[in-house]
Amino acid sequence: MFATAAVAILVTMSLALLRAFMGPTLYDRILAVNMFGTKTVLIIAVLGFLMGRPDFLDIALVYALINFIGVIALLKYFKYGNLAIGPGESSGKPTSASTPPGDGGDT
Amino acid sequence: MAQFIDILSWLMLVGGSFFLVIGAIGVLRLPDLYTRSHAAGITDTMGAMLILFGLMLQGGFTLITAKLVMILLFLLFTSPAASHALGNAAWSSGLRPKMAEKAPVDQNAETDGKE
Repeated sequence: MFATAAVAILVTMSLALLRAFMGPTLYDRILAVNMFGTKTVLIIAVLGFLMGRPDFLDIALVYALINFIGVIALLKYFKYGNLAIGPGESSGKPTSASTPPGDGGDT
Repeated sequence: MAQFIDILSWLMLVGGSFFLVIGAIGVLRLPDLYTRSHAAGITDTMGAMLILFGLMLQGGFTLITAKLVMILLFLLFTSPAASHALGNAAWSSGLRPKMAEKAPVDQNAETDGKE
């Protein structure tokens, strides 16, 4: 019965990959990649039970963390154009935002 | 009793697989980013929750179940956050959902050649 769940998760992952390839906008692709990562966590957990080695759950936990951080970083990069800028700062000046304002005047 | 728990966990695994495939078809077939996000939320909540609960019933009272609970809690916390960040980024970038109210007007005005 673990094999049924594994096959269903693989079908879901392939359909999400199809949406990631043919997504019309960027955000469709990010949504599909996020879904793909979540289903990767599920299939690692199910494969651990299927192969009789449930120690794979640590890898699944780490993969869930990496997937969330990756999606948030990707969205922040595409929204602000820079990973070091925050929502309160202006995104029009991408180069001067990386240095604190009190440090300038050197050049 | 053990057989009852086995049957219950099999039912949960099959139900979770059903919701996963339904959500994947929805992600592939729905017309818009926001509706697709709804379909992805089905797989993140019902599919992941049922499959992880089924695995928990197979694991019993061990460390495996504790790890599965941690995975489930983490998925339940991060999935809405990622969905909100995605919808916020898409909305602030100018992407608007498809509205259904203009559809009959478009069918009538199709002969005008606008757009």
